[in-house]
Amino acid sequence: MTAVSRPLATSGAAATRRPPRRFLHVLDHWFLPGFTVLAIGYLLIPIAVMIVFSFNDYQGKFNFVWHGFTLQGWLHPFDWPGLPDAIKTSLLIAALSTIGSTILGTFIGLALTRYSFRGRGAINGLIFLPMATPEIVMGSSLLTLFVNSGLQGGMLNGIVPKGVLFPLGFTTILIAHIMFNISYVVVTVKARIAGFDRRLEEAAMDLGADELTTFWKVTFPLIFPGVLAASLLAFSLSIDDFIITSFVSGTTNTFPIWVYSIIKNALPVQINVVGSMVFLGAVLIVGLSNIRQARANR
Amino acid sequence: MSEIDVRLVDVVKRFGDSNAVDHITLDVNDGEFFSLLGPSGCGKTTTLRMIGGFEQPTSGLIELQGQDVTWLPSYKRNVNTVFQSYALFPHLTIEENVAFGLRRKGVKDAEVKSRVTDMLRLVELPGFEKRKPNQISGGQAQRVALARALINRPAVLLLDEPLGALDLKLRKQMQVELKRIQREVGITFIYVTHDQEEAMTMSDRIAVMNRGKYEQLGDPESLYERPQTRFVASFLGVSNLLAGTVDGTADGYALIKLADDTRLRVPVALVDGNAQIEVGIRPEKVRMNTPTDAIPAAANQLEGTVTDVAYVGVSTQYIVDSKSGIPMTVYEQNIERTTTGSLYRQGDAVRLSWLPEHTFVVGGAPAATPAG
Repeated sequence: MTAVSRPLATSGAAATRRPPRRFLHVLDHWFLPGFTVLAIGYLLIPIAVMIVFSFNDYQGKFNFVWHGFTLQGWLHPFDWPGLPDAIKTSLLIAALSTIGSTILGTFIGLALTRYSFRGRGAINGLIFLPMATPEIVMGSSLLTLFVNSGLQGGMLNGIVPKGVLFPLGFTTILIAHIMFNISYVVVTVKARIAGFDRRLEEAAMDLGADELTTFWKVTFPLIFPGVLAASLLAFSLSIDDFIITSFVSGTTNTFPIWVYSIIKNALPVQINVVGSMVFLGAVLIVGLSNIRQARANR
Repeated sequence: MSEIDVRLVDVVKRFGDSNAVDHITLDVNDGEFFSLLGPSGCGKTTTLRMIGGFEQPTSGLIELQGQDVTWLPSYKRNVNTVFQSYALFPHLTIEENVAFGLRRKGVKDAEVKSRVTDMLRLVELPGFEKRKPNQISGGQAQRVALARALINRPAVLLLDEPLGALDLKLRKQMQVELKRIQREVGITFIYVTHDQEEAMTMSDRIAVMNRGKYEQLGDPESLYERPQTRFVASFLGVSNLLAGTVDGTADGYALIKLADDTRLRVPVALVDGNAQIEVGIRPEKVRMNTPTDAIPAAANQLEGTVTDVAYVGVSTQYIVDSKSGIPMTVYEQNIERTTTGSLYRQGDAVRLSWLPEHTFVVGGAPAATPAG
């Protein structure tokens, strides 16, 4: 009621008093659009620089100064020692940690919104902790934990099979990424489930669907947009994580770790190329999901 | 005696400290339009949800066609529900919504298609197959919900205030429609509503519920003409209730003495041995007379003064303060008087009269009588 009447009231007030209306006009037509352009520019200029410099015909070791246009970088995007392996590792870890954290996080989200049980409030709070904890703290504590499991007489010695948590490498990176992704998935999925009408599940059961069928035919399709958003978030968090990964990666290189390791000696154009590819890939996925959303609403 | 479709035996549902449903026992016959009527919080929806399998009773027994289903999940019961909020699946088309139950049973594609078409025709929504629930109106969604339930040919259809979200005109139209559909398919309907007129219009029998129990169960006419409790008398229509004590009998009538020593007659059978009773009379059964009009000797009489007049077209509604201090509501059909512009006016002295046969009695000690 008030939401409907309020816009009417303001336009009425604006019509009776002339100067504010003129002021609002300037605000609406010049100031806000101008401000928006500035803000978007602020956001996009670094990306634009990255893309532009991926076409740079750079001299020497560092791709910092513009020397002219070339397609060399894009024609040989992975042509640098260690780069292909680092990208493969990054993609694999991102994919696996996305799958793992999405499954675990979705079920945690469902449990936390569906059922009331002892300790639910505490868990709801604890879920936020990994997001709130500084990454550097998390990284160092994970490192301590992992190293302990490998030490003779260490904390986890004998509990966790050897080779899982130590030596450091692919598995430990994966475990760390799943761990910090879960919180984000839970929070995203919970937001979607909060608006879910339980009557829909009752209706499905009423129509002869057992619990499992109800989940796959009704619950999951309806929370799917939330699950998808959560998994995209998890993927993007995993693929560019540096701080935690740097603590637990051992000798394994992910793309960010690899970039950091060579940047002291060289800054090849391939970094810009791969960065641009990741960016364009993200744009493509967002675009596709927008199209899909528009189709679903039609 | 027709077959019993649904039987509740001593069913109790506790939520925390209170009994939402408090020892209900009732039988619903096959093919019957049965209503649970009562104010919000009286336990009618909880009762329905227990029959549907969405709640388990704390104690008691629920039978469907002779089978004990008390602990059966809803998907194993041969009942279907029309939810108050319709609960249509927003991600599915109307066709897929209606077909949902048949798909679960593994009915063949061709049969599903033809049954969905038939069902949408029955609820007068042919051609809506490909739409989504957010592309239809509330009234249409209501019909889809009905079709989605009925297509499964359940033994019993449960309806939880299905017309609650519709506007008055559409509601009236859907009442007629629902009754038509129920006659056509011959399925037992259990209908939950708080709207007494809706229940009266459609039901074969009504259980009037209050505080987790039903106070009276019967067909609409007997509930209206012979309400047995104060609650039923006032929840179903309007009643004038006059508290009094039984003071002897005469000519087959019990004499009831009111606070101001006025004596009323009621058929002896209604008094049922109680000493303190309340005599009830419906407003449309009371006649307005001038103090000098002749009144049949057998009729009950009350003198009073008109305190309020409301002309509502088809009738005029009066409030008359009787001498015993109790305000009486009287409805008079606008047949003769209104045409000559001679309605009673505020302040007129009148004599109310009605036949003893039209009275009803609500038993037991009366609640506090209105201050006079």
